Amino acid sequence: MRDEPGFGPTTPGPVHDANPGPARLRGAAGDPVPHDSAAKHVSGEAVYTDDIPELPGTLHAYVLQSPRAHARILRLDVSAARRAPGVHAVLTAGDVPGAVDIGPVFPGDPVLAPELVEYVGQAVAAIAAETPGQARAAAALIEAEYEDLPAILTVDEALEAGSYVGPGLTMRLGESAAALAAAPRRLSGSFAMGGQDHFYLEGQIAYALPREDGDMLVHSSTQHPSEVQHLIAKVLGRPDAHVTVEVRRMGGGFGGKETQPALIACIAALLADATGRPVKYRMDRDDDMVMTGKRHDFQVRYEVGFDEEGRIQGIEMDLAARCGMSPDLSNAVVDRAMFHADNAYFLANATVTGLRCKTNTVSNTAFRGFGGPQGMVAIEYVVDEIARALGRDPLDVRRANLYGPGRDLTHYHQPVEDGPLLAALMDDLEASCAYRERRRAIDAFNAAHRVLKKGLALTPVKFGISFTATHMNQAGALVHLYQDGSIQLNHGGTEMGQGVHTKVAQLVATEFGVGLDRVRIMATSTGKVPNTSPTAASSGTDLNGAAALRAAREIRNRMTLFLAEHFAEPAESVAFRDGIVAVGGRTLAFAEACHLAYVNRIHLSAAGYYRTPKIWWDRTEARGRPFYYFACGAAATEVLVDTLTGEYRFLRADLLHDCGTSVNPAIDLGQVEGGYVQGLGWLSFEELWWDAHGRLRTHAPSTYKIPTGRDVPADFRVRLVANQPNREDVVHRSKAVGEPPLMLAISGYLALKDAVAAVGGHRFPVHLDAPATPERVLMACEAVRALGAAGPWAGP
Amino acid sequence: MDQRLAELRDTAPAVPDRIPISLVVNGVEKRMEVAAWTTLLDLLRNTLDLPGTKKGCDHGQCGACTVLVDGRRINSCLTLAVMKDGCEVTTIEGLATGDVLHPMQQAFVDHDAYQCGYCTPGQICSAVGLISEGQARTREEIRDLMSGNICRCGAYPNIIAAIEGVLGGTAPAQAKEDPA
Repeated sequence: MRDEPGFGPTTPGPVHDANPGPARLRGAAGDPVPHDSAAKHVSGEAVYTDDIPELPGTLHAYVLQSPRAHARILRLDVSAARRAPGVHAVLTAGDVPGAVDIGPVFPGDPVLAPELVEYVGQAVAAIAAETPGQARAAAALIEAEYEDLPAILTVDEALEAGSYVGPGLTMRLGESAAALAAAPRRLSGSFAMGGQDHFYLEGQIAYALPREDGDMLVHSSTQHPSEVQHLIAKVLGRPDAHVTVEVRRMGGGFGGKETQPALIACIAALLADATGRPVKYRMDRDDDMVMTGKRHDFQVRYEVGFDEEGRIQGIEMDLAARCGMSPDLSNAVVDRAMFHADNAYFLANATVTGLRCKTNTVSNTAFRGFGGPQGMVAIEYVVDEIARALGRDPLDVRRANLYGPGRDLTHYHQPVEDGPLLAALMDDLEASCAYRERRRAIDAFNAAHRVLKKGLALTPVKFGISFTATHMNQAGALVHLYQDGSIQLNHGGTEMGQGVHTKVAQLVATEFGVGLDRVRIMATSTGKVPNTSPTAASSGTDLNGAAALRAAREIRNRMTLFLAEHFAEPAESVAFRDGIVAVGGRTLAFAEACHLAYVNRIHLSAAGYYRTPKIWWDRTEARGRPFYYFACGAAATEVLVDTLTGEYRFLRADLLHDCGTSVNPAIDLGQVEGGYVQGLGWLSFEELWWDAHGRLRTHAPSTYKIPTGRDVPADFRVRLVANQPNREDVVHRSKAVGEPPLMLAISGYLALKDAVAAVGGHRFPVHLDAPATPERVLMACEAVRALGAAGPWAGP
Repeated sequence: MDQRLAELRDTAPAVPDRIPISLVVNGVEKRMEVAAWTTLLDLLRNTLDLPGTKKGCDHGQCGACTVLVDGRRINSCLTLAVMKDGCEVTTIEGLATGDVLHPMQQAFVDHDAYQCGYCTPGQICSAVGLISEGQARTREEIRDLMSGNICRCGAYPNIIAAIEGVLGGTAPAQAKEDPA
């Protein structure tokens, strides 16, 4: 582990076991081996889509964007652009040979706008030219005339107009209205949280290569190759089998490459099809930020009733998301926000409603956590306000509300068995981060300082693992064992830095009892594994690892039966371990056994398939078991705020996260740290800002502040929970880790709220929308000061 | 539109289509003719077949394109190639000696100082420059002076630890107990 609890600042040491010793094969499941591309990452040899050598004749794409939020296209004249130097094709909606709509689940996302534009940045026309500069210059020659229509830009406007991308949904447990009426104390309020741009360092990109007979090979930076394949086939008007989509690695995804790459890949493929030449569409960074969807911003309204301990008796919550101009994945995102509106707390009488607001802004989409973080921020904000109203430490109110024996049913009727684990995590962290002592020290500091105020918060995370669309919880793999004993591994998961390829390869190597160096990791291709689900919902290793293990086990079983028969030994005597195969008293080198099986005509290739058991979800009744299990964690963050400017620094963070029995603790540790940093960015500095015309004005890192090394708490202590195998039968008894740690950062946001509360001696409510930018923190401090000047607060 | 562009073209001062320059890139002298507006980044990636240097934002705001020019780090996307005529350029491809990684590259591997790897070449070049510029002495200074290199995966604690390790000359590879 990175550090022992309770001791001073940590200098993280190297994270890998440098000398595993002669007895162990490097890279078995559970080993903290480096990422499979580590050496290539540091030498610059890792090939991303933009690094693939371009074929001669490659053209470059550029897209003309809508300058209007909502308008009818009256006239679109591309004739001058078509004549421009270097231009080979200019396409509008009418030139699309197949279907124009590329909505991933529901229709609503035209690849090129047909008659109507519905957000600033929407693709109107696509150009292929010999250089990117020529394509861009040609776009400037397109003449477009628009007739503006009324535009709805915000959640409030959408709620007022009843503008939705889909029907609302309500989840209910108990009788919230009666419980609210009977509760000794009540609070109600509303607040807002902003969205987030993915800012994957590698922007959206696709490289389309026309093949014979109208086939198309597309290198796409995508988390969802199967969907990109399907939608390309759809716009080209061809069967899926004619299109192959491949991705070796992405320079980050974070959910932004789940549905969004389809637009880029479809445009590249359409232009390649129209010109018969390879076409690369590499989005400029500003275009990427304007044209592609982001994390949903939410408005939250709540009414909560509670007792003097802060225990929630009844709660009603409305979660309204800005979905943008189309449904995209918003239905599922808002569902997941609702699923997480309990976080770790038992809400005996709850009514949670999710609203999907349609606005004339870019269609918001998946982003690490997929609505879960927004639901969790909602309930954590409410719990914090309860604590403020009672004058109690928010940690005590959190503890009072935690799931536990007899208090173990969610508002969607899934039982929760993790109450004791959550309590144990909070106990551990409370002690190891010295919460009570630091609380007292912070109180003393705040009493002694008029301008500088410190805040501290400790929050739990309980995150549901599984796609809530049950059918997506399936995966495939294709494993080849060659007669020289080398292994080729194909599976449906995509690599975006999270280490899924490394972890799945470790599982396969362990199954064959060989070193990791025998396993060759292949690019993800729809030609190898069909009908895959996106690498999303933290499910990459759970699903693809299980599918790859089944394929490996199938081959191993065939070899076992053959070797037993061949040497006339019982099958139970055959063992694969330490790079050898033992058969009775004999020992064969692994390669020797493979060759022997081959010459005896044993099939050494297998496809594996896996689907998650136990899960179901009845959306009409809003009840079921949408999640196979929960991943849990807890975090404490301390912040120092200058209450005269609103500027702040995060001083210290203590993270404790449950990965079950980790397949690779080094990689999982990275996910925990990185998730926290990304979550902290979302809730603190990262502010998306649209003007009154619906134009995003924060479309580059100059105006959109992404956390840097100096924004991370200087004292940063991260631990994985030890000896906590997943009770469900997940590969290696591990737990998914991609998304859950992002929500550890809610402690940072609430630490800011705590510091603001200190301005009024913790006697007043604190309204603080997210992101809690220095500007918002300053305004919140001023509001608390004004309350203080008005006299003591009587409470709710 | 066409006419206005034509007028602008006619009145603009004459710029030669191609300008001859010479650069020493990763120790090898390269002579070539480039358009005046070619960035050093595009020259490296598109002309010199050195795609290790990445284009992240193309605005000098993310640091993914950091390379060393005469030992100092710069954003190659904000630098025109012609401005560096006669200079020595080191990219990520030029740091290793044969198969032996540069100590900073090795430290990044040892500390897991990346996830997706896209910012890594820029981080490493920036870190090498930081040390050769002699600016950073403490962790706090490393945090400040590396703040021009964004890592969206958030591997900062490990990036900073890797740089600290090289700066302090500590042996990077030390056995670590099993976390489980």
